[in-house]
Amino acid sequence: MNTVKLVAVFAENRPGQAARVTGILARANINIRCITVASSGTFGVMKLLVNNPEAAGQALQHEGFAATLMDVIAVEMPDKPGALHSVADCLAAHDINLSNTSGFVANNRAILVIEVQDPAQAGDVLKEHGFHILTQEEALTV
Amino acid sequence: MFWHQESETLARPALEALQLERLRETVRRLEGVPFYRRKFLESGLKPEEIKSAADVRRLPFTTAADLRENYPDGLLAVSREEVLRLHTSSGTTGKPKALFFSRRDVDNAAELIARALCMTGVTRRDVFQNMMSYGLFTGGLVMHYGAEKVGCMVIPAGPGTSERQLLLMQDFRTTVIHILPSYALYFADFLEKKGVDPRKSLALRKAFVGAEPHTEETRRNIEAALGIDVYNSYGLTEMNGPGVAFECEGKCGMHLWEDNFVLEIINPATGEPVEDGKTGELVLTSINRQAMPLLRYRTRDLTSIIPGPCACGRTHRRIHRITGRSDDMLIVRGVNIFPQQIERVLMAMPQIGRNYVIQLEGLDDMTVKVELSPAGFDGEVGHLTELQNQVAEKLRAEIWIRPKVELVASGSLPVAEGKAKRVIDKRSL
Repeated sequence: MNTVKLVAVFAENRPGQAARVTGILARANINIRCITVASSGTFGVMKLLVNNPEAAGQALQHEGFAATLMDVIAVEMPDKPGALHSVADCLAAHDINLSNTSGFVANNRAILVIEVQDPAQAGDVLKEHGFHILTQEEALTV
Repeated sequence: MFWHQESETLARPALEALQLERLRETVRRLEGVPFYRRKFLESGLKPEEIKSAADVRRLPFTTAADLRENYPDGLLAVSREEVLRLHTSSGTTGKPKALFFSRRDVDNAAELIARALCMTGVTRRDVFQNMMSYGLFTGGLVMHYGAEKVGCMVIPAGPGTSERQLLLMQDFRTTVIHILPSYALYFADFLEKKGVDPRKSLALRKAFVGAEPHTEETRRNIEAALGIDVYNSYGLTEMNGPGVAFECEGKCGMHLWEDNFVLEIINPATGEPVEDGKTGELVLTSINRQAMPLLRYRTRDLTSIIPGPCACGRTHRRIHRITGRSDDMLIVRGVNIFPQQIERVLMAMPQIGRNYVIQLEGLDDMTVKVELSPAGFDGEVGHLTELQNQVAEKLRAEIWIRPKVELVASGSLPVAEGKAKRVIDKRSL
């Protein structure tokens, strides 16, 4: 099953932290496609879809950040009302819980990035229902 | 191994008789010091009324404030010509505390260190790198003289940079180091970052750590990181500096040289003795010093007497590692808390780092900041909040208060350099 790697990085919830992370990535010549920030009180976790996740993770770790790579699935859906619902409905029918979800639209293609307990299983389920699951390369070139 | 087997294994009755003789001699000597003469007059106590070493309890206490008030030389018990050396203890506020040594005091301090080194197997074949600060701090020179007495080749490295320490260790095949425990942890990190495996590229066998209270976990961490034996040591400037109490090979408490110091453990609030095994403030009387003996000095260090004899055969009683200072003690919501308790909990959790800060705010709000170790991160916010709760719960089990726990980025808290500053008290009580 096609999965996509995200870079997750721990950062304190105070001014300047996102700038530090993005500065490190800029210096490492990393391109960011998509970013989410989940904060919980005094800290947060930034998740980034980037062109070179391994290099991005290493650059962040080198600067002392706690960073790790996570497997998620990127599913393409039509850019029209009800599209997200059809994905959510399909996962719900198979009792799959969505933890973090984000999305972006590029070149008239809507991409949903979802984190689930078992990416391979969720990917299979969505594929069976006719959804296109993107490879890392596709996710970066849409 | 014994340096002076007879003194170290003296039967208790003989040891106590020696203590009594030396205590009386010390009191007689102190009648010449105005500060003590006044105290004796006030209490109506005559030196000849001291019938046993336990009668030390009838003597007045000496406090750090007394030393400051009598700075520079109000407590000197010999003439200036007899003084060979001066050390001071850094005062965080105001004047320092000064301690004088006669020739015999210098030699005797070295003798006690020699006993301590020898009991862990240090010999004249060892290369001893002293990584403590030289100068007014006793950890440098006093230890230096002791290691020389054993016959080690001593490298007076001082605290210096880690690069230079490593170079000395490699070039001169250092086998024993004397180091602050916080610096030992930092140095182990440094070696790891440099890719130096101390087991392969260094000849280190032992480290003596002291001058900062630390936990058993810290000792084990240093031992594992450097592949050596680590021995705890205790001393304070007011009692010669290092060499008051050291661990034998058993690593089970520190033998306090009772032929040189009368040992008491008291309740810091009441001044009454506490029973063996119970924690209290260590009170020491130096009974084998000439230049500046002190009676019942309130060390502010918290420890307990370990009951029972030690397998090594030494008759000098052992004290537990220092668990805190009576003036480090925090009182939060009416509960007594020592920073070392918190350290102990944190050190046992691999998901978080070594550094921490305790912050007290508002009326009695306690926040413990801990560093997330990179290995403890999997990208899940939920796991991080769970970890925070877990730390808070473990702390509650140890200190009976559930503090707020804040995860911060690795490397963002101040590194323990020298005497670590861990507590920020901004309470508006």
